[in-house]
Amino acid sequence: MKHRDTDTEGIELDLLVEAIFRKYHYDFRDYSAASLKRRLLQAREYFGCHTFSALQERVMHDATLLPQLLGYLTVQVSEMFRDPSFFRALREQVVPHLRTYPSLKVWVAGCSSGEELYSLAILFREEGLEERTMFYATDINTDALRKAEAGVYDLERISLFTANHQRSGGKSSLSDYYTAAYGAAVFDKTLRKRTVFSDHTLASDAVFAEMQLVCCRNVLIYFNRELQDRAVGLFKDSLVRRGFLGLGSKESLHFSSHAAEFSEFNREERLYQKRQ
Amino acid sequence: MNPAQSSTNLQALVIGGSAGAVGALMRLLPGLPGSFPLPVFIVLHLPPDDKGSLAALLHSQCQVTVKEAEDKEPATPGVVCVAPANYHLLVEPDFTLSLSQDEPVFFSRPSIDVLFESAADAYGSSLWAVILTGASPDGAAGLKAVHAAGGKTWVQDPATAEAPTMPRAALAACPEARVLSLSELAQELLAMADLPTVKEASHS
Repeated sequence: MKHRDTDTEGIELDLLVEAIFRKYHYDFRDYSAASLKRRLLQAREYFGCHTFSALQERVMHDATLLPQLLGYLTVQVSEMFRDPSFFRALREQVVPHLRTYPSLKVWVAGCSSGEELYSLAILFREEGLEERTMFYATDINTDALRKAEAGVYDLERISLFTANHQRSGGKSSLSDYYTAAYGAAVFDKTLRKRTVFSDHTLASDAVFAEMQLVCCRNVLIYFNRELQDRAVGLFKDSLVRRGFLGLGSKESLHFSSHAAEFSEFNREERLYQKRQ
Repeated sequence: MNPAQSSTNLQALVIGGSAGAVGALMRLLPGLPGSFPLPVFIVLHLPPDDKGSLAALLHSQCQVTVKEAEDKEPATPGVVCVAPANYHLLVEPDFTLSLSQDEPVFFSRPSIDVLFESAADAYGSSLWAVILTGASPDGAAGLKAVHAAGGKTWVQDPATAEAPTMPRAALAACPEARVLSLSELAQELLAMADLPTVKEASHS
């Protein structure tokens, strides 16, 4: 086997990640190493560097490169109502519990460019819960947050979003929520009037409010076990007793140190409920 | 030394394929004994809405355990992990598995290149890699990476492959790979069943 500790590229990669953390306070040290390396290789190629050391030198001495580098490291491509059966389960099984609260807080952790947030806002409006709900949409990447706040998506993605919305049990037409112009779909800004967009990193920031529902889908797979445990710990601490946690379709608490603190509310759809 | 690591098997087998590869796997895997001493990771190009039917089908026909790979699952000898549809499967340096939804490679997610390149990083010369029948060039760069890291590379003979594009591309990128028919591959895998289980020695 190769030893990562002595492999030149492994050393350079570790040093680059350490340098980004020390200089810019973005902490990728506990990201899944294999996919982080692939993304850094793509960034390296984009910046025309032959080694991670060369990329490190450029990033250390030119802070203007940072946003592009962060784009390579953090941007996730999402869809509205991705995994429609998840949203159907949320609508049919979780919403009846949420109705029992006079006011609701929902955290979309790792919201990226906002597709998940708008999906939830539409679902909550359809279910008559929007007016009693505050949404918190957080991400490490401020460029992505700006896109989320703008709520503008390529028109060619809308047919997929529309099909997903229908399959999720949508009670309205997705076209009620956007206007099409110049190849883009601009989503109704009233959908985000009850949303706080905020820069937040699961790697080092703390809990900031008490939630009834946390959605963090296809974010944890990019973390190693330790960082997954930290993130799930934050979700646990921010959830009310019997609050709900929604994960991505291939994420689970199976290998988490917090597994015992949640029950499987809907195993197939990766919906968990905090026990205490 | 982390006690969880000391039981980690330090060698592995990776297999990639697409068109026709389900049939090929049905000839290769059912013969393996339940005590097969290596973890096996498989990427086949699946329709994005597949719900684990490939792993279930193979499991019903095999003595080894066949399952869909789970995120952060440790590599386990005798367990065959199949990449779920719509996710890349990667091997971490600590021999756990990761899933990702990064961009498709050659229009494919899961991608064989992504699995093979990460497995080559983790296992180096203790990796066996097999490219089966398929209608895409995915896997060629991955096989080359396995070879560059000192691993063993096998390719299904394009002449006997249902779709020769993938094995041909793999051989063009990695001409050092051995070309084997499916029955020869089956024999080689069976011979691997007699490999001793190699575990990480404690630091001296």
